[in-house]
Amino acid sequence: MSILTSMQLLPLIGALVVAILPASNAKLVKQVAFAFSLLVMLVAIVMALSFDRNNSALQFTEVRTWISAFNINYAVGIDGMALVLILMTAILVPIVFLAGWNESENGRWNVKVFYILLLILETMMIGVFSATDVFLFYVIFEAMLIPVYFLIGGYGSGDRAAAAMKFLLYSLFGGLLMLAAVIGLYIISTNQGGGTFDIARLSELTIDSTTQNWLFLGFFIAFAIKAPLWPFHTWLPTAAKSATAGTSTLLLGVLDKVGTYGMIRFCMSFFPDATKTFTPVIITLAVISILYGAFLAIGQKDINSLIAFTSISHFGFITLGIFALTSQSLTGAIFYMVNHGFGTAALFLTAGWMIKRRGSSQIADFGGLQRVAPVLAWSFFIAGMSALALPGLSSFVSEFLVLLGSYAKYPVAAILGTLGIILAALYVLLAVQRAIHGETPATSAGISDLNLREKIAIAPVIAILVLLGFYPKPALEVINPTTQTIMTNVGVSDPIAKVVK
Amino acid sequence: MLTAPNLDYALLAPILVILGAALIGVLIEAFAKPAWRARMQLIVALGAIVVAFNFLVRVRNQGSSIAAVTSVSVDGAGMFLQGAILIFAFLGILVIADQDNFVSQASALPGSAEEAAAIQAGKQQTEVFPLTLFAVAGMMLFPVATDYITLFVALEVLSLPLYLMAGLSRRRRLLSQEAALKYFLLGAYSSAFFLFGAALLYGYSGTISLNGLTDAIRGSGGNDVFLLLGIIFLSVGLLFKVGAVPFHSWTPDVYQGAPTPITGFMAAATKAAAFGATLRIFYLGLDAAQTSWKPFIAVISVITMIVGSIAAIAQRDMKRMLAYSSIAHAGFILTAVVSLNQNALSAALFYLFAYGVATIGAFAIVTMVRDSAGEVSDVNRWVGLGKKSPLVASVFSLFLLSFAGIPLTSGFVGKFSIFSAAYESGNIFLAVAGVLSSAIAVFFYLRVILMLFFADATNDSISIVIPSILTRISITISAIFTILLGIAPSLVFDIAQDFAYFLR
Repeated sequence: MSILTSMQLLPLIGALVVAILPASNAKLVKQVAFAFSLLVMLVAIVMALSFDRNNSALQFTEVRTWISAFNINYAVGIDGMALVLILMTAILVPIVFLAGWNESENGRWNVKVFYILLLILETMMIGVFSATDVFLFYVIFEAMLIPVYFLIGGYGSGDRAAAAMKFLLYSLFGGLLMLAAVIGLYIISTNQGGGTFDIARLSELTIDSTTQNWLFLGFFIAFAIKAPLWPFHTWLPTAAKSATAGTSTLLLGVLDKVGTYGMIRFCMSFFPDATKTFTPVIITLAVISILYGAFLAIGQKDINSLIAFTSISHFGFITLGIFALTSQSLTGAIFYMVNHGFGTAALFLTAGWMIKRRGSSQIADFGGLQRVAPVLAWSFFIAGMSALALPGLSSFVSEFLVLLGSYAKYPVAAILGTLGIILAALYVLLAVQRAIHGETPATSAGISDLNLREKIAIAPVIAILVLLGFYPKPALEVINPTTQTIMTNVGVSDPIAKVVK
Repeated sequence: MLTAPNLDYALLAPILVILGAALIGVLIEAFAKPAWRARMQLIVALGAIVVAFNFLVRVRNQGSSIAAVTSVSVDGAGMFLQGAILIFAFLGILVIADQDNFVSQASALPGSAEEAAAIQAGKQQTEVFPLTLFAVAGMMLFPVATDYITLFVALEVLSLPLYLMAGLSRRRRLLSQEAALKYFLLGAYSSAFFLFGAALLYGYSGTISLNGLTDAIRGSGGNDVFLLLGIIFLSVGLLFKVGAVPFHSWTPDVYQGAPTPITGFMAAATKAAAFGATLRIFYLGLDAAQTSWKPFIAVISVITMIVGSIAAIAQRDMKRMLAYSSIAHAGFILTAVVSLNQNALSAALFYLFAYGVATIGAFAIVTMVRDSAGEVSDVNRWVGLGKKSPLVASVFSLFLLSFAGIPLTSGFVGKFSIFSAAYESGNIFLAVAGVLSSAIAVFFYLRVILMLFFADATNDSISIVIPSILTRISITISAIFTILLGIAPSLVFDIAQDFAYFLR
């Protein structure tokens, strides 16, 4: 049994254990769930340490027959990109548990259900990044919506039921389009010597360009909804506003990455020609996302909506980096996915604590937070700086790589993208100024600072942001082989800089 | 000189066992003590189903499939569907056994003194058991019949008891009787269409057997006005039974009016039987004339899935909503008729089984949600059920998710296999239309789940009755199948694949 399989099984076992614990003992439930998530994190770290970074092939592979009639296998394996995303997931889950220790108590159902759903979700999050069988990927891609649906609808705030419904309908719609494309791909493989869902073998198919375009769209729209890219983004702000801080973190930090991950893993490897055909359109959409998200973020009064719109802007950067298709931009985009995961976690978790303490999510209701709760205020500050890609924080490295790489091929897009950085400074600094500087209103005077548990939760996130900001080499080294494989697969190489005489 | 024909009883044994048990049921109704009847009927019915299933398993490896002088061909697909129908009947009868849903004396007029007296005396007629068995026998014959006469007899044997059963509801009797009458009138009408089509095809080919029809089409080129008219009329009769648009209008009314356990059984088993016959007629008899009927059925299929999915959104009654959902599913399964390849056949078999099991479970749960006046099928009054009885609401959601085709449920595998077969046969638009109407359909399934779990109960008048142990068994088995076939579909899919063949 591959280490990947055991990593997927662990949270599932955790969910079963939690299920048989007494519901009345909420503390025990939380401790057991937390222990399991820590265990998963340890396994993930062990796996990362034994990962051979010079090997561009899939590692820790395992194949077992699942549905023989369609040659569907339980097939897992990871490359560098999957590794960093799984590692990010495994680190974020215990942090989310710890940070939101009490957020499950105001839900529609008891604490137990919350942790069962989260642990099941963790299994699926690891599975979705490690699947090397398209059918398996699709099944997890769709099935993981259900726990999120119940997490938003059952434990969120405000109009949570409507937000959950909107989220699910959007995602399922995209998923069904993708199903049509998956079926198409399978039938094409059947006609070319044996039906298969194996990613490697599907990438070798010869598909005529019209079919490629349609199938590409089937996959791409599903991933663009997930990512989310303008104009498929409208579900995100409502979901982020209603979900608990922890759910939002996992939703934006991990689940949405499945969208950008899928663009790289599936759209690009299966349909290299269609990728090139659609690149101009997608780059345009990406730039619109960057600017649109940033502009709307400036106008948001609600902290969670603000974070959601900054994410739309950031996903624009990631998509730009992916489809610019230079080794720098692609590496940058993959690294961006990781940094965005931790950056969003920092934002949502600190914002969640602020909202819980103040009882309001309006930015205008805060002010002078640094006087009453300095650790909380400065954590929020650092999270904000990560969102605007301050040099020294990891997001700077990735954003820089994306823009640098894209400039070589799409200078206009890169320049417009740079505008996004300036807007980011505006929306982050405005929010920071309003929330943590200035006079402390009487209503905020009683806000308490972070307690030990919360400090322990946020410390590793900030540490990772800073560490990867100064020393991104380990991450980049792991990602690079993946980038090269993809570039070769699509058949592009880096543009050679023109020499000015 | 007349020699007695060789009937090959072994192949017919499963059907004969059920017919025999039905006759015993009639005798029990006439002679047994009222207090014992219900129990005896139940034991006879379930026993007969088990015995019939056992016979079915045994004839599996019989060399020949032809019985009753070429009138019947118990081939792979036929056997699979017979087995499926027996399983549906088993699960259905467990729910039907909860006699509380049925009128105490069907012959008494609603609201009459006679009826009041029957209720007062605590009478409970149990004719529903033999009626169910008669219907099951007809359903088992329908997918294996290979000539028009046998097909028609089977169609009537399965339909007539169902017309009666639809009118047996204990509560809201007028609605139930209206449904029965409507079902009967429209059903008789469609039978006439079927018969007329059969007559035209006989006129065309000069034989009543499907094999003869194929030979005639091969011989003449298949472009004859009698043939085309015959195909259309025959199809109308079949499409009525499977509930395809535009012949679907009876479905919501009958599903709503009929006693809920009957609705569940009917939705599952009739669909399996009718699709069995439809598949055989189109795959075996009309295969050679495919260019003339394929466009027609393809259009019907697309319209059916779209109308079913859209109309379901507007429904406020749970049973009507499930009825429209069943119409949409009929549209999905019709794609398998158009695909006309072996993968489509195995996909259709699996789909019918998975859908049927989930349907019986879902309707069984509808029987449990009640207020003081009986079942509550108004969707709006189901709000907050998740709070009151989380288990029931979760299982019901499981069935809905399966209907919606969410992965890790049996419905997803069904949809996947049936759409990929459509794609494979070159009918890509059918696969795309299917996927898009699934996207529409997802909406109303999710809306129900939303109401169950995320809305607060507005009043406390509805409650979940504690189901009888039999209903509980039925729901449990259905739920286990629904999950198991989502996680390990090979268990049934491999069987469906092995059995996906028709023999002349």
